[in-house]
Formats: sequence, C-alpha cells, structure tokens
Amino acid sequence: MAIVVNRPKLTFAEKCYLPAIFAGLAITWKHLKRALFNKGIVTMQYPEEKWDANLPDWYRGAPTLVVDENGREKCVSCQLCEFICPPRAITIKPMEIPENDKWRKVEKRPEEFDIDMARCIYCGLCEEVCPEEAIFLRKDYSITGLNRAEMVHDKKTLYKLGGVMKGLTFKWNELK
Amino acid sequence: MDTALILHFLTTPLVFLIWTTFLKTFILLNVVLGVVSVTVFAERKVSAFIQDRTGPNRVGIPMTLLGGKKDIPLWGLGQMIADPVKLLTKENFVPAGVNKFFFWLAPKLVLLPPLLVLAVLPFGSSLFGVEMTIANINVGVLFIFAVTSLSVYGITIAGWASNSKFPFIGGIRSSSQMISYELSLGLSIIPIFMVCGTLNINEIVDWQIKNGWLVAPYWPHGFSLDQLLHPKDLIHSLIAGVSLERFLLWIPMMVSFVIFLVSIFAETNRLPFDLPEAEQELVGGYHTEYSSMNFASFFLGEYAAMFAGSGAIVSIFLGGWSLPIIPDGSHGWVWGLVNIGAWFAKVSVILLFMIWIRWTLPRFRYDQLMKLGWLGFFPIALFNIFLTAIILAVVHH
Ligand code: SF4
Ligand code: SF4
Repeated sequence: MAIVVNRPKLTFAEKCYLPAIFAGLAITWKHLKRALFNKGIVTMQYPEEKWDANLPDWYRGAPTLVVDENGREKCVSCQLCEFICPPRAITIKPMEIPENDKWRKVEKRPEEFDIDMARCIYCGLCEEVCPEEAIFLRKDYSITGLNRAEMVHDKKTLYKLGGVMKGLTFKWNELK
Repeated sequence: MDTALILHFLTTPLVFLIWTTFLKTFILLNVVLGVVSVTVFAERKVSAFIQDRTGPNRVGIPMTLLGGKKDIPLWGLGQMIADPVKLLTKENFVPAGVNKFFFWLAPKLVLLPPLLVLAVLPFGSSLFGVEMTIANINVGVLFIFAVTSLSVYGITIAGWASNSKFPFIGGIRSSSQMISYELSLGLSIIPIFMVCGTLNINEIVDWQIKNGWLVAPYWPHGFSLDQLLHPKDLIHSLIAGVSLERFLLWIPMMVSFVIFLVSIFAETNRLPFDLPEAEQELVGGYHTEYSSMNFASFFLGEYAAMFAGSGAIVSIFLGGWSLPIIPDGSHGWVWGLVNIGAWFAKVSVILLFMIWIRWTLPRFRYDQLMKLGWLGFFPIALFNIFLTAIILAVVHH
C-alpha cells in the first residue's frame, strides 16, 4: 500500500527562501572566519602528518615475506600464492635447498620472489592461501617508484619489509 | 622626424583617441585575466575555509628545483600559475563524432561576450584627462544585455557539437534558463532608467555620485573633501541629503537590485543556478567533452562573466568607481588611481559574495528554477516598474 507523505505547509517566509539563505550565509561565514584564524581546520597535511599510529592490526598494506624466530625463510615455494593472485602480481622461481644447508629438511625455498606492486590490488589472498604462513600484508602503503622496474619488490625487499614473525605453525620443527 | 612632431601627431584628437583606447583595452584585458586567475584561487581558498579545509597551500616558489633546501609555500599562491599551466599542457582531445568546427568555435564564443561587456563599463573616472571607459556609448546598458545574451550560444553550441547526451542536456538547460532570467534582468533595470533618465552607464554613475548610490536611501548633498573642515557646511549638506523621494524610491531600487543580482547569478551559471553543468546529474554539463585549452576557455569565460557581471552590478547600483568624499580624476592622477582602485575593490566584494553564495546554497531543482524565474521575478519586476512610476509621479511633482 502506498504511503502518502504529506508535504509540510510552508510559511511565507520559508517560501521566499530569503531567511533560510541568510541563515545559511551566517553559518558559512562563521566557518570562514574561524578557518581564517587557522582554527577548526580538519585537513591533515599528509606527508608531514600521518595516520600510521591509528592503522588497525588487520590493515592490508604491502604483501611481504617473513622469517621465523630461527631466521629461516618460511616460504617453501609451493607457488600457491602465485596461482591465486588475481592480478598475477607474484612471480616465484623455486630452488632446491642444497644438501649441506641447515634447513635441508624443508627441501624447497624461493630463489627469486617478485611482487609487482604496480599490479598488486592488496586483496590479501596470498596471505590467506599460504600454507606456511610465510606471506603477510603489513602496514606499508606508501609505495612509490619512478618506473615499472622500481615498483617490483624483489625477495630482499620483501624480507626487509616483512621482518620476523613469531609464534605460528612450525611444521618443520624437529620436535614435532 | 623629431620628437616634437611625433608628440604633435600623437596628440591630434583622433590619433590620441585611438592609441589611448588601444592602451586601455590592452591594460584592462590583462588586468582582468589576472583578476580571473586570482578569483579562481580565491574560490578554492574560500571554499576550503568554509568547509574547514586549508585549500591549496603548497605551490609557491619551488626552491628545491633551483637547488634550495626548502620550498617557499607562499600560502599556495603559486596555484594561480600552476592551474593554467597544467591545463595548457594537457592533451587537447577531440572525441570522434563531434562537429569539429562548432566544437572548436564554442569555447571562443563563451569567452568573448564577458570581455566585450568590459568595454562599456566605466572602471575609473579619468587619468591624465583620459576617460577610464573604453567605449562611452549612449546605449551602454542595452549593449550589456545584447552581448551577455550571446554567451548562451557558446554553451548551447558546445552542448550540441559535442554529440553526447549530457552536454546536450546542459546546453538545452542553459538556453531556457537564460531566456527566463534575461527577461527579469532587463525588466529589473527599467526603474533605474526611469530614475536616472539615461541608458549611458557613465551618466548613471554620475547620477549616483550626485544623488547617492541606488541601493543607499540617504546621501548627503554636495558632500566633498574640504567640507570636512567646516562643520557647518557639513551639517548643512547632511540635512540637504534627506529627501522623502529617495527613501520611497529605495524600496523599488532594492527590489531591482535583488532581482538583478540573482539574475546575474543565473546568467553566469553560478550556483545555485549552475544547472547547465550540474556535476551530479550531467557529469560536467556542456563542457564534458572538452579538455585542455578548450576547457580552460570555458573556465576562463565563466569567471570573466562573473567579473563582468559584478562590474555591471557595481556600476549600476553601487556607485561605480565613486566613493563618498573622494574626488574624481580631474583633481589629480592620484585620485584617478584611487577611483580605479575603488572600482576593483567593489567588484572584488561582489565576486567574494558570489563565491560565498556558491558554497552556501544547494542547487535549485530545474522546475524550481523555472518557477522562480517566470512566476517570481518576472511579475515582481513588472510590478516594480509600476511602483517606481507611481512614486516618481506622486512625489516628484
Ligand atoms: S595481496 Fe592479492 S594482489 Fe597482492 S600479491 Fe597478494 S594475492 Fe596478489
Ligand atoms: S609464500 Fe606461501 S603460498 Fe607463496 S610460495 Fe611461499 S609458501 Fe607457498
């Protein structure tokens, strides 16, 4: 059933707009005057002032690679993230871990791991899919470069941004 | 040829008229285009302040480019140069399917009329005996109406030539809006002719110097600078300024002023009447398909029209270049400069008022706009003419 909403009856003063216009002008004038003396301005001067301290823990910034507390690269080059990445930003070149290496048991690690930040859409699927919990989206968001090549994060950058991640699954732990 | 001969040649009346006119035109054009970019900057700053933002505050002197340590932001004043430079360096994109010739012509048609209007506005008294009007013509006000209504062609042609629906609707809206408001604009000014008895803007300004600004009901009679030293003369002139006729005439003059002001808003497509470009409904209205310098011409045209409109308001209602007590340019070139300054100051006040209104009021709905024009201002302006006639007939004699 249609509901009839009655229009309010306007008085003459309301109909000729003028009082409302003056009231509006008074309000904007108040704001203008306040801002002229630099008060009440809400603009954040971005590169100098940042909101970083207020970013939530679940903030999805740049994807990064992490090492565990023993300094081992957690990534085992399963390439699941490479496959799931919607814009195909990730390129992995796996390698076998040499015979004499401390982490021989794990068998594989990435030789090269590139994330093209010009492609990444910060969807977080790589973090979600990773069985080793090796890739995490951290809080860096200001990623710039002067050309496409500079926008590609290589393995070194990724580990530098990622740092150490403790207290998660340790499938490769000897004791387990 | 020696200098005396050249000087003699330059001061023959006709040659003198020609080169001073060219000089005035050149200077005025440059000053006005400068003022336009300042207005754009002011618009951005004022809008920011009204919305509790800071507005452009970075572009100043780029010391880091010149090898310095720190840029000098200069409160963002460099934005006035940065904006046009950005527009000029963009690609001038012409979409497929547009009517090339008219697409190219439209921006020029928008830019031209406001600059032509400036020709008849007296922007100062006189400087070194040269009158500060480019063309002092007897039908000045009619010339303004004739020329401003031309600017609608630019907009309509732009909308049509773009071969795209939103610009087209913008163009159509613009033409019907102009027709509605042109009428009240013309009618609102008739009482002024009846009071001043002239169509010449210079004479309207002269009338206002003698009898007071049209929006001011009371004006001391024969007030001048040296009277300030003689209190008796001063009181005398203050008393002589009181007249029943002026107080009664003030009512229709104020009505005219309000209608004229609102119609100028509509004519220059300023909010709350910017329906031809209503961003939220029509993308960008008639200039959606334009880019680079062509877009800049529309932009420039809009602000130049604001300037010309403000100039007309100031000259017709707010006493033109005159200020109370201040003598005109025949008393020395300093006063001539002061008069020019006064005119620009008054125009700036009106421009600021236009910006202030823009950031206060929401846009009208299209039917409300039409209703206001045809059922509001049109009859009121007509009635106003009769009111003025009655007052003049009863009180004047
Ligand atoms: S966040 Fe999404 S887009 Fe970015 S690398 Fe991971 S999967 Fe690819
Ligand atoms: S980051 Fe995770 S998902 Fe991607 S290759 Fe390494 S282990 Fe596999």
